[in-house]
Amino acid sequence: MAYRLLAALLCIILLTGCGKGRTGEEFEGRRIINIAGSTSVMPFTEKLAEHFMLEKPTYIVNVQAGGSTAGIQACMNKTVDIGMSSRELKPDEKTLSEITICLDGIAIAVHPDNPVKALSLAQVRDIFSGKITNWKQLGWLDRRIDAVTREEGSGTRGAFEELVMPKDMIDDAIMVQDSNGSVKEVVATDPYAIGYLSLGMVDERVAAIAIEGVKPNVEAIKKKQYKIVRPFLYLTMGQPDKHARAFIDYVLSKTGQLILQKEGLIPAHEAR
Amino acid sequence: MRPVKAVIKERIIKQILTAFAFSSLLFLFLIFAFILIEGLPLFYKVGVQNIIFGMKWAPTRGFFGIFPMIVSSFLVTFGALVIGGPLGLGCAVYLAEYAGRRQRTVLKPALELLAGIPSVVYGFLGVLYIVPFIRIFFGGSGFSLLATSIVLGIMILPTVISISYDALMSVPRSYREGALAMGSTKWQATWRVVIPAAKSGILASCILGMGRAVGETMAVIMVAGNALKIPGGLLDPLRTLTSNIALELAYANGDHRMGLFSTGVVLLSIIMVLNYFANVVIKRNMSK
Repeated sequence: MAYRLLAALLCIILLTGCGKGRTGEEFEGRRIINIAGSTSVMPFTEKLAEHFMLEKPTYIVNVQAGGSTAGIQACMNKTVDIGMSSRELKPDEKTLSEITICLDGIAIAVHPDNPVKALSLAQVRDIFSGKITNWKQLGWLDRRIDAVTREEGSGTRGAFEELVMPKDMIDDAIMVQDSNGSVKEVVATDPYAIGYLSLGMVDERVAAIAIEGVKPNVEAIKKKQYKIVRPFLYLTMGQPDKHARAFIDYVLSKTGQLILQKEGLIPAHEAR
Repeated sequence: MRPVKAVIKERIIKQILTAFAFSSLLFLFLIFAFILIEGLPLFYKVGVQNIIFGMKWAPTRGFFGIFPMIVSSFLVTFGALVIGGPLGLGCAVYLAEYAGRRQRTVLKPALELLAGIPSVVYGFLGVLYIVPFIRIFFGGSGFSLLATSIVLGIMILPTVISISYDALMSVPRSYREGALAMGSTKWQATWRVVIPAAKSGILASCILGMGRAVGETMAVIMVAGNALKIPGGLLDPLRTLTSNIALELAYANGDHRMGLFSTGVVLLSIIMVLNYFANVVIKRNMSK
């Protein structure tokens, strides 16, 4: 009985305890850097962390997901060294110091067979707020639009709402998928679908739509012509200490930025 | 005389087994406590009415209405029953009344295999075949009430079949022999005598099947489309209580997280009510 209780308690502690690192930890003489936040930024941070740890074996970098909002909260509570966010900070969060590590475009994508190749920002807004529901209204055949959005709380959805429809809400009748990959799967298989996803995820299976006459690609984002762009941010409470600084410097270095570029993201220094 | 050592050993083993048996109770209690502690505060804060009968779910903006999801959960459950019920009952009747020993040795293990297939596989097949089929032949995006009902209908088959089969088999032989002796055909005996006699067992199998359908998550997320509106027709997407939790838990914190646990509280209540009814029906069957 006692063992079972102990095991159950341990489970609860593990469940509630995960996602909460502490700052200034050490493990076998190696300094631990805790990072948490956006699930969009996490895979890239993990990749960077692997390279960083090879180069600087005195560090252990711990990367955890949890969402942009959770990352910002954790950073404010000083439970992590660095927070990750894939959306701009809200005014009451501006107490944190932010570092843009790169930019990511959000592409509006349709099936490759769809003849609609360009839309205005207002049209995209109307599709997702439920005012345009038929492809006929966009100059194609008489067929309902199968729009797909992301789930509530997703960083990609947050950025999309902020950049495309700051005043409108996404309509309830619109389908919801829970990852960039699922959205892409729906758009790639349904000829009447439309959805939005990270530009890095776009390949020949889906067609990215030109918004206000601008095709989304790295060039257009660098020239600031394509507007649906979000920053990937690293956040620290006050100035980062020497250890967090080491990792951030690595990410901003030529090697770090090259890794991000290879993943389809736009390096920070080229954009700003 | 048994040696003292053996007696002590016997006693210890009994204690350990008792502890194991009661640990399931402990886990049940922990799950209950955990969900209630996390979910109930929001009911106080927002109001029971605004959660259970609220039409709008936008937890990051302070709307926690899950009424459309409650309706959707019932719709898919009903849909699963419409598809899986007759199919399952037909299969059980065949197995119990018509099948010879050879057919039975093939069908029974096949059904057990069907029960063992992970739900994500059902969902995957649904996305690959059922969803495009519906999109091409019936219209809509394919992610729909119909697709979900079909997938869930297949998933509840093993539950429906095995429990109705047991119920049919427990009907005494004399009932069948009596009916046949009166000059009825085999089908008349089955339809008029055996099935009515096994009625409550069959009903229980359907209720337990419903419990399985309400609780299913992964396959539903994959084929339901997850839109927040109450579906207006068979071809509209929908979101159930379970998929709401699984879909959003990864990012949720604060009130949003509590809202998901509140969804869990409602789900738990529905499943408890269903199980209670199944138990009542089964007990009625036993006492008869």
